[in-house]
This record gives sequence, structure tokens and C-alpha cells, in this order.
Amino acid sequence: MTDALLSVRNLEVRYGDLVGVSDVSLEVRKGEVVALLGSNGAGKTTVLNAIIGLVRPTAGQVLWEGASIAGQPAFAVVGRGLALAPEGWRLFVNQTVEQNLRLGATPLGNRKREAELLEKVFAFLPKLKERRRQAAGTLSGGERQMLAVGRALMSAPRLLLLDEPSLGLAPAIVEMMYEKLQVLRDEGLTLLIAEQSVELALDIADRGYVIQTGRSVLEGPADELARSPEVQRAYLGIGGDEAPA
Amino acid sequence: MILAQVVLNGFLVGAVYALFSSGLTLIWGMMNVVNFAHGDFVMIAMYVAFIAFTALHLGPEFFVPLAAMMLFLLGVVVYYGLVRHVMRGPILAQILGTFGLALVLRYATLWIFSANFLSLPENLLGEVQTVAGLRLEPSRVVAGIAALILTIGLHLLLTRTALGSRLLAVAEDRNAAMLVGIRPDPMQALAWGLGAACTGVAGALIALFFYITPTVGESLALIAFVVVCLGGFGSVPGALVAGLTIGIIESLTSFWIGPAFKDVVVFILFLAVLWFRPQGLLGKA
Ligand SMILES: Nc1ncnc2c1ncn2[C@@H]1O[C@H](COP(=O)(O)OP(=O)(O)OP(=O)(O)O)[C@@H](O)[C@H]1O
Ligand SMILES: [Mg+2]
Repeated sequence: MTDALLSVRNLEVRYGDLVGVSDVSLEVRKGEVVALLGSNGAGKTTVLNAIIGLVRPTAGQVLWEGASIAGQPAFAVVGRGLALAPEGWRLFVNQTVEQNLRLGATPLGNRKREAELLEKVFAFLPKLKERRRQAAGTLSGGERQMLAVGRALMSAPRLLLLDEPSLGLAPAIVEMMYEKLQVLRDEGLTLLIAEQSVELALDIADRGYVIQTGRSVLEGPADELARSPEVQRAYLGIGGDEAPA
Repeated sequence: MILAQVVLNGFLVGAVYALFSSGLTLIWGMMNVVNFAHGDFVMIAMYVAFIAFTALHLGPEFFVPLAAMMLFLLGVVVYYGLVRHVMRGPILAQILGTFGLALVLRYATLWIFSANFLSLPENLLGEVQTVAGLRLEPSRVVAGIAALILTIGLHLLLTRTALGSRLLAVAEDRNAAMLVGIRPDPMQALAWGLGAACTGVAGALIALFFYITPTVGESLALIAFVVVCLGGFGSVPGALVAGLTIGIIESLTSFWIGPAFKDVVVFILFLAVLWFRPQGLLGKA
């Protein structure tokens, strides 16, 4: 319990009268790859955004290395060693690929580190190097996803949050994306991956959590979850309990 | 030859229009707030130049940077003291916020200096030269060239430096900017500072050859709004092209039809362009 890098306890996020999530708990330990599974609208994005500080939790705790980061703005949270490749990529489409990447290094505040990391990211994602002078808005979907990941890596995070890295991409691109994530995993980077595509995520993950209509419903080792009939149900978004509003 | 003279004069004034309009477009691009006090910022800068010259005996090489610095500070103070707060309110509060500021600046100046027309000595930068048949007034030439260089400089600052990249990141997507570790607040304050500094330089430069009066900001604000609409909201290159265009058209109108009609013609052309290109001349559809 105490060696958790990140721990989220009984998280609740409300958007005005609407409930984003009502009760989610999860934990990520150093070096782990954790999958956060749930169907459309289950609350995956809300959880990641609450962790990184884009939305404020209305109840519950978010602990980073034991210290509370709940409610801190994103620019403060990313300075502590977390980064998010967000849903919809949220790139700066009018700026070049290289500028987008360099912006990712803002929390480091160190031009030399920035240059080193840029070379590292280019070596890891060579497509971005080819496109470095192009505006991010001219990239294909797969390249945009790569850039979102690359930009997050530019802050040398100790925990990388990925919000549906497979969303809207062709199967071949998704496969390549997950191969890249596998490389990051092998290098020892801790990952928390939100996904609707259960097979993909559980294939790479050590452990997983299933959330349904804003609540944690299931957790366990990836291989067990993969066999669980509940997962299929949550994945398909049918059955299960209705969350009270 | 007279026509060349008219176009040249228009071009030089247009460069100054481009500079202060760039400030307006920067502020708009950053947070979708219209600075209704923008023309009055230029007016304040003209008084700064006038006071620095008459009371402190400073030449343009000192009063232009001084006006830039003072207006930069004014911009930052206005952001933290006013804009930041009214931005959270309804759109009408935002409009009234800067509109009210415009009135305060204008009437405070009127109260202190009265409505008299002031001006700096005409030959502050030397006598008129004639080169190849063109009358070159040093004050206009220096103002135009300095404004042109600074407008291009602002564009390069925004597009070629790490700081500019951060400013534009906040302008494009505030949340995404926070996600890469940028605090939006200081960046927005900086945008107000830079935007106001543009009026500082432009005001001090234009004071070299323009009358100075508390209400001069009204017509300058109209020009700035037209330039920003024509150039495309948030675009500095657009403001440069549109500023030069407006300057030249104004000059030609004064020459062919008469000075009294220049605002009307500018406004009609403005409506005509918006009719065909609502996104402005250089704006993206
Ligand atoms: N900004 C918002 N304002 C109001 N409600 C929101 C907002 N964002 C999300 N919600 C609601 O919160 C719930 C959880 O949404 P969320 O986007 O976190 O789900 P998700 O698991 O990421 O879904 P998806 O797979 O479609 O990305 C949904 O009911 C959604 O409608
Ligand atoms: Mg989502």
C-alpha cells in the first residue's frame, strides 16, 4: 500500500449537477503498467483529468508518493513527474512538431535537458523527426497520437498517463502504438492506460481496474481480468449496476 | 511623383497603425478579450512622450523606450487589476471593464491636461530632406521604419522563441498549455504587457508628427479595430498588411477626396472586405 507511486481513493468528480465519477479507487506502483478499463462514458477521462489536475475532485484523495495533489492545477502537478497524453491529443496545431515537443519540456526548465530529451524522443519516434518542421495540424491521426505521447515524454515523467491511445486509429497504427508503449514498459516507465479496447490494454498491463458508470467495480491482475466475464460485460457496457446519481 | 509621395506617407503612418494594432490582436488572440482602451493606451503613450520631452528634456531615443516600459507596466497592472477579474464574469462585464477603463484614462487626461491640442516640435529629428523628388520628413520616416521593424520583431518573438511558443500555446489551448506545465496567468499578463508596450512605442512615435489631445485615442481605436478585423483576429502578419493598407488608403483618400472623408472610406472598405472575406484578409477560413 505505502509503496504506491500514485493512489486514488474514493474519487468523486461532479460537473455541476452531472456526475463524472462517483467512487473510484486505484493504485499504481513504481514500474507497473496499469489498465483503467471502462466503456463509453464510464469515467476514464474524468479520472485521468482529476489526477493530472485539469478537473477538481469534489471528494476523495489523490496521493502522489504519499502527498496529496488533489485539486492542484495541472501546471503544478506535471512539475512533480506526472504527464498525460490526453484524449483528443490537445496538440498546439499551429505550432511545429518540434515546438510542441519542446513545450512538453517546460516543467524541467532546463534547455540542455530539453535538447537531450528531444533527441531521445526523435530516436524513439523517428516519424516525428521527419516531420519536425511541420505544423502539428498537418499530421495524420497516428502521428498526432505519437506527438501527444512524445510531448508527454519530454517532461521525463515518472508516471505517464495515456487516455485511450488507440482511439480513432487504424488497426495497424494501434498495433505500432502499443509496440511503442511496450518499449516504454521495458525501459521501466510506469504507465496508467485508460482504454475501451480491453484486449489491447490487458495484453500490456500488469494489473487492471474496471470502472462502470463512475464506480470501481473490479480489479485484479491483467490475466485474471482478461478471463473475467464481468470484464466482457463492462467492456460491452451492458448489465451491471446502475450508479445512483 | 505626388502619388508616390502620398503612398509613402500612407505607408509610414500605416506601419505605426500596424504596430499598435498588433498589440490589440495579440491581446485578443491570447484570451478573446477586446481591449476597448487600446486607443487610449496610445494616447497615454503620446502624453508620456510629450512630458518626457518638455519636462525632462529627453529625446526620442529615451522617451520611446520609456513609453514602452510604462505602457508595459500599465498593461500588466490592467491585466492583474481588472481583466483577470472581469474575465470570469459575463461578456458584458468584459466589455464594460475595458470600456470603463478607456473612459477613466480619457477623462483623467482631460482633467489633468485639458482638451488643448499639444504637439512636439516639428523638426525634433531634423529638417525635411528631399530625395529623388520625395519629401522625407525625418519624424515620419523614423516612426514608420521603427514601427515596421518592431512589428516584424513581435512576430519573430512569437514564432521563433521559446517564450513566444509558450504565449501562443496559452492562446491556442489554455488547458493543454497547463498540461505541459505552463502557468497561464503570467503568460496572459505578459501578453497584456507586450500588447500595451506596442501602443507605448507606437504612441511615442506617432507623437513625433501627430497632434496630442485626450480624445485622439477614439479615432486610433477605430483604426486598430478595423486593422485587426481585416488582418484576421490574432494575426500579427495580418495586422501588418492591414495596417499598411489602411495607412495608404487613408492617405490616398485625403489626397483625392479630402481629409474629412478618410475615416468614412476606410470604414466602407472595411465593410466591403468583411462582406467577401469575413475572416479578414489573411485570416483562415
Ligand atoms: N466537461 C463535462 N461536463 C459535464 N459532464 C461531463 C464532462 N466530461 C465528462 N462528463 C460526463 O462524465 C461522465 C464520464 O465521462 P468521461 O469522459 O470521463 O468517460 P470516458 O470513460 O472517458 O468515456 P469515453 O470512452 O467516451 O472517452 C459521462 O457521463 C460524461 O457525460
Ligand atoms: Mg474518455
